[in-house]
Amino acid sequence: MQRVDAAYDVIIIGAGVVGCLTARALSRYRLRVLLLEKASDVGTGATKANTAIVHAGYDPLPGTHKARFNVRGNNMYPQLCAELNVPYSRQGDYVVALSQEDMRTLEELRERGRRNGVSGLEIVSGDQVRRTEPALTPQALGGLWAPSGGIVDPFLLTVAAAENAVTNGIKLLLETEALGFEKDGQRIVGVRTDRGTFPCQWVVNCAGLHADEVMAWAGQDGFTITPRKGEYVVFDKAKSMVKTVLFPCPTPISKGILVTLTTHGNTLIGPNAQNIENREDWAVTAQGLAEVLQGARKLVPSLEARDVIAVFAGLRPSGSTGDFLMEVHQVGATLCGRPGGFVNLAGIESPGLTAAPALAQWVVEALEDHGLELEEKREYNPLRPAPPRFSKLSRREQTALIEKDPRYGRIVCRCEMVTEGEIVRAIHAPVPARTYDALKRRTRCGTGRCQGGFDTPRVVNILARELGVSPLEVTKKGPGSELVLRGTKEGGDAL
Amino acid sequence: MRCDVAVIGGGPAGLAAAIAAQERDARRVLVIERAEELGGILPQCIHNGFGVEVFGEDLTGPTYAQRYMDRAFELGVEALLDTMVLEISPGRITATNARHGILEIEAGAIVLAMGCRERPRGALAIPGTRPAGVYTAGTAQRLVNIEGVMPGERFVILGSGDIGMIMARRLTFEGARVERVLEIQPFVSGLMRNYVQCLQDFDIPLQRSHTVVDIRGDRRVEAVVSAEVDPDWHPIPGTEEVIPCDTLLLSVGLIPENELSRQAGVELDEATGGPVVDERFQTSVPGIFAAGNVVHVYDLVDDVSHAGERAGASAAEFALERREEPARKVRLRAGENIRYIVPQVLDPEGLRRGEQRLQMRVRRPIEAPVVLRVEAGGETLLRRRLRYVRPGEMVSLTLPERTYSQVRDADEVGVSVEERGG
Repeated sequence: MQRVDAAYDVIIIGAGVVGCLTARALSRYRLRVLLLEKASDVGTGATKANTAIVHAGYDPLPGTHKARFNVRGNNMYPQLCAELNVPYSRQGDYVVALSQEDMRTLEELRERGRRNGVSGLEIVSGDQVRRTEPALTPQALGGLWAPSGGIVDPFLLTVAAAENAVTNGIKLLLETEALGFEKDGQRIVGVRTDRGTFPCQWVVNCAGLHADEVMAWAGQDGFTITPRKGEYVVFDKAKSMVKTVLFPCPTPISKGILVTLTTHGNTLIGPNAQNIENREDWAVTAQGLAEVLQGARKLVPSLEARDVIAVFAGLRPSGSTGDFLMEVHQVGATLCGRPGGFVNLAGIESPGLTAAPALAQWVVEALEDHGLELEEKREYNPLRPAPPRFSKLSRREQTALIEKDPRYGRIVCRCEMVTEGEIVRAIHAPVPARTYDALKRRTRCGTGRCQGGFDTPRVVNILARELGVSPLEVTKKGPGSELVLRGTKEGGDAL
Repeated sequence: MRCDVAVIGGGPAGLAAAIAAQERDARRVLVIERAEELGGILPQCIHNGFGVEVFGEDLTGPTYAQRYMDRAFELGVEALLDTMVLEISPGRITATNARHGILEIEAGAIVLAMGCRERPRGALAIPGTRPAGVYTAGTAQRLVNIEGVMPGERFVILGSGDIGMIMARRLTFEGARVERVLEIQPFVSGLMRNYVQCLQDFDIPLQRSHTVVDIRGDRRVEAVVSAEVDPDWHPIPGTEEVIPCDTLLLSVGLIPENELSRQAGVELDEATGGPVVDERFQTSVPGIFAAGNVVHVYDLVDDVSHAGERAGASAAEFALERREEPARKVRLRAGENIRYIVPQVLDPEGLRRGEQRLQMRVRRPIEAPVVLRVEAGGETLLRRRLRYVRPGEMVSLTLPERTYSQVRDADEVGVSVEERGG
């Protein structure tokens, strides 16, 4: 049998949380896998801006993919985050009822949850919720308590999954945009990119907001993605308002504007929901922010605009069927005797983050069912060590770390207490952080109350030094986002 | 490590405090500075206007700082540079640096001199995209004056704070174009002299009652949208204007940097954002003093140095056990059109030792003669006439020794601004 050695067994398009977890799931097997990402970093699409909640699974309608993979994904989170050393907390969540009608909704949700296989759901009184969450409005009549609800850092999960996949032999190409498919008749035999064409057997579409465009390359045009914008507001850590997650009662299109704790200890509120046209429109609007603050105050009236430290918008890749699109297409003859085809994971909006590990597992099983031979690697290592986080260590651990590498003794970001050692490590990690934003998301530098005022000049210099480039080449988020433009009249010589 | 006085922050307040403490015979005075050099923000303030009050000379920031550094080293003040304080409690400091690792420092007294930070974009919740090219004015100042790089070519500056106006001129010198300065208030928020020398002299337009309502551009700022605001600062629909630019600088206020103060349990003043201090610049925690922009944001570095001196001297006296704790303190109350007063509390006995300086800011400008009135127990202690008052210009007032008995007998001392009708 003739082998096409240059061909990848699987090419994954899109390094969001679904793409990276899929890559990691495939990295367990003796396969040639390529993960393509057009941005300068992983997780910069729908993954980077959402509520960061691991949903229990009482919200999706029973029988849908959303319901099934939500509950399955939720169950996988504790082990996944332990293996990847990612901040995750299963502290539970509440859906809050503000009226008698809402109380009936809680009962519906509890029933829906029971049918979806969510355990531990319980309706409790308003006072019981307020015992845990004293900032909750006195108007709350009751709450649906879901002990399996949790929070995660979606971006760190994505980085960790990508790093673990790369360590286990997956090839990741950043700043490489897929542009179309190479076909042999009906059959996809490669992916065309702005860095050349990569032959392959299988393509897995994890293109998030652009998943329908990728489907169109394969001639599939029945499904469309509508970006649905959600805006968020982050509060200063010193003004933390909740210990869990407080949801309002859901409406048919959204889970509503909620109040949640992040894994970093900030209070986060949002999102609103607005369908938009432009898939790259990440702009925050004044009306949106007002709507979010007003909505969140229905649950926590004491939220103050002056404690806001950051605002951002996220885009949900909302699919035209209302459910996740999960399908395998095996078209035409096999190439050189080997099976191949096209797998779609599209419309992965909420609870997509929760479902992601289960979706990745589904891809593995679907490929195997369609003839991809899976041979486990003996050297596969599911563990990814956590990078040291100076601010979270005891004084003794800090001392030991600085003894090993003195750069861990130098604080670069004063608000979040991030050290030079952490920054340098992230720049040289298996999935390297080569931009300011990439460092920010990994190390938290610049995310505190001064929002980078102190660290930016320092980080620009560290990035330039470690990457061996001029400070003029250091970017915020890839080419075109350079942080400084030229030397001054007298300072230019040093560049 | 042990010392009599530990000063957190080596800017103008910290240096003055360290010098004063050493001059009062403190045995070991240690300055802990997170940057690689002393001077705080001064090394990047390469413009002049510093030292007129202290030295009777018009100096640049680096020169002003150098004079204090020279004096400090002459006296034997020690400094730990590139060192971040992680934690403080009365008499104890934990810090870290790359050379020594985690440091535990015992101090007879502590002076907080961490200065202030700039309000960032997030605090204003400016809508729009998140591209490269949005900086606070002070960060831009560091990039230009210390790192020798230009953050942009076409600027819009939001806020007429002093650093913003000074940067408008500095960037113009560097060949960049400053399209406009926008100020949300109906008046200039920084010093009038900076408005004249930095904006007017360079024909840089200032629009009062205007703000930024949108930032555009995906990777790099491409434009900002300005709008006029109503008296409640709400943008007026229909007044939007797109201003093409590649950089937005924010000069929208300074916030005293008090994470360590909060952690040490020091009482903070909502109005200043800094610790509540008495006339010796002692905070609510005995043995912890505070001076400079960490207490409230000053206009002039000369005043910061004066405050630092006083705090440093008081800290040395505390460490050397040369002074009794006051039996009672009188509160200063901000009355009509006064936003805050520093010190917030006063030991009446302090007035027997000498006159006491009060510093304050008004809430709104009055461009007409006014009277500043100090009263206690219904009696007027002092009246002072001023030609005008502006929030951007701090008002200083000296409470003379003769007011001692009235202050001693009062529950609180009030200060208010009254318009001089007729």
